[in-house]
Amino acid sequence: MLAITPPATAAGLDDRLAVEGLSVAYRGVPALEDITWTAPASGLTAIVGPNGAGKSTLLKAILGLVASTGRATIGGRPVAERREATAYVPQRASVDWDFPATALDVVLQGMVREAGWLRGYGRARRDRAMALLDRVGLADLASRQIGQMSGGQQQRVFLARGLARSARILFLDEPLAGVDAASESIILDVFDTLDREGRLVVCVHHDLGTVAERFSDVLVLNRKIIAAGSVANAFTPEILARAYGVPLVARP
Amino acid sequence: MSLLAGIGFNTIVVMIGVAALGCAAGAAGTFAMLRRKALVSDAVAHGTLPGIAGAFLLAALLGRAPREAAWLMGGAAIAAVLSLAAIEWLARRPRIGHDTATAAVLACGFGLGLALLSVVQTLSVGGQAGLEQLLFGSAAGMLPEEAWLMGGLAVLVLAIIGLVLKELSTVAFDPDFAATIGLPVARLDALVALLCASVVVAALPIAGFVLAVALVVIPPAAARFWSNRAGVVVVLAAAIGSASALAGAALSAILTETPTGPAIVLVAALFFAVSLFFGRARGLLAGGAA
Repeated sequence: MLAITPPATAAGLDDRLAVEGLSVAYRGVPALEDITWTAPASGLTAIVGPNGAGKSTLLKAILGLVASTGRATIGGRPVAERREATAYVPQRASVDWDFPATALDVVLQGMVREAGWLRGYGRARRDRAMALLDRVGLADLASRQIGQMSGGQQQRVFLARGLARSARILFLDEPLAGVDAASESIILDVFDTLDREGRLVVCVHHDLGTVAERFSDVLVLNRKIIAAGSVANAFTPEILARAYGVPLVARP
Repeated sequence: MSLLAGIGFNTIVVMIGVAALGCAAGAAGTFAMLRRKALVSDAVAHGTLPGIAGAFLLAALLGRAPREAAWLMGGAAIAAVLSLAAIEWLARRPRIGHDTATAAVLACGFGLGLALLSVVQTLSVGGQAGLEQLLFGSAAGMLPEEAWLMGGLAVLVLAIIGLVLKELSTVAFDPDFAATIGLPVARLDALVALLCASVVVAALPIAGFVLAVALVVIPPAAARFWSNRAGVVVVLAAAIGSASALAGAALSAILTETPTGPAIVLVAALFFAVSLFFGRARGLLAGGAA
């Protein structure tokens, strides 16, 4: 399979994503308490937990979008100094899709930093953005206004913009929420490619039924870390019952 | 009567200055609109009122000629920057939204301005004509040097927007994503706000403090109906702004009893109405197609 971006080198043990004692409070109400977690070097990690568990907040805190105490580092350096290693794919509902932009315009935004100040995107980046749209099955819709796409297509545009970062670590917030089957299959296929390329995918995920089948690692969250590790060890009915407060069947 | 008869070189210079300003206003206003902060420019425009009245009073106290444009425009500019700062400061307090902060500053600025103006009217100081121009606008009173200055400002604003177009678009669409890739979101927001404020202050002598904001708000709103590309919307807004300012100023020059500000706003509103119905991208008669 074609590499999505120039091949990434797998992270050495010294270049891991690590979170130490991270806490977030919204107006005095704790949203995350004392999160300490070292991510796997690569592979697909699902963040699961009940509503209000702080899953999205954890991504935002790691990326510096919400104020937090504690540290989030990559290779021992603050994430803010390692932005080139990160790509964020926010929730689809977080933006106004009425914005005057085409699918290609949005994907190009992922390259705005590498293109640099006072410069256009250039032919080569436009071609790369087109290739990324092709990778997510949207080459035909490159010049369509983003508001005139389905939810699944919008989610794939967001994914392509994240891929345009050529980053080693991708943070995705509910990328499979409310998407059609075709989009889900394409997104999961891209995940597998990223996995094979040695990248790390950290994905807030709501569908417990697909965790075991699709992800290698899991972080079970409910304001605090309930469990973290391989799916075999940390995605057990007992752990999920503790996280969700009710007995749950982990696998259908 | 031929339209060009009796229009001298100075008038043409003034027209060019007005058109350039309309162009800059449309371009800067596009990003205020896309970032949903169009009302900030209105607050800034109203916020200039205490600056203008205050500068007039200060000049009178110091025995200067208060109708000197530099005094009044300086007061307006300082007040504009203070209004912007007040909005940003208030918006960062917990439980005050950006819209609430904007509306509060607008009302306070306007109220303070009216209070100061009532003081001005009790004074028997001459030169209140210069004050009236800033309040109600008149391109006819503009000097060629002022027109050149305006043209220069417009070129500067357009150049800045052109140079950071892709960054401004990225921030306007998704500020969170922009922050995660290391774009200076707050500074780019401040840049747009300052550009809009500069244009509004520069437009005061032409359109007056109530209507100056129209040049920043209406052309982008009209342009949005014609295109689904941010870059194209910027160019169209600049063109509509320019045409509105030029046609409005020309109309008020020909129909001497019509003040410039209202003439410009009416022309811009006409552009908006036509765009609303016939805009190719989103107009009511476009059938929703791209």
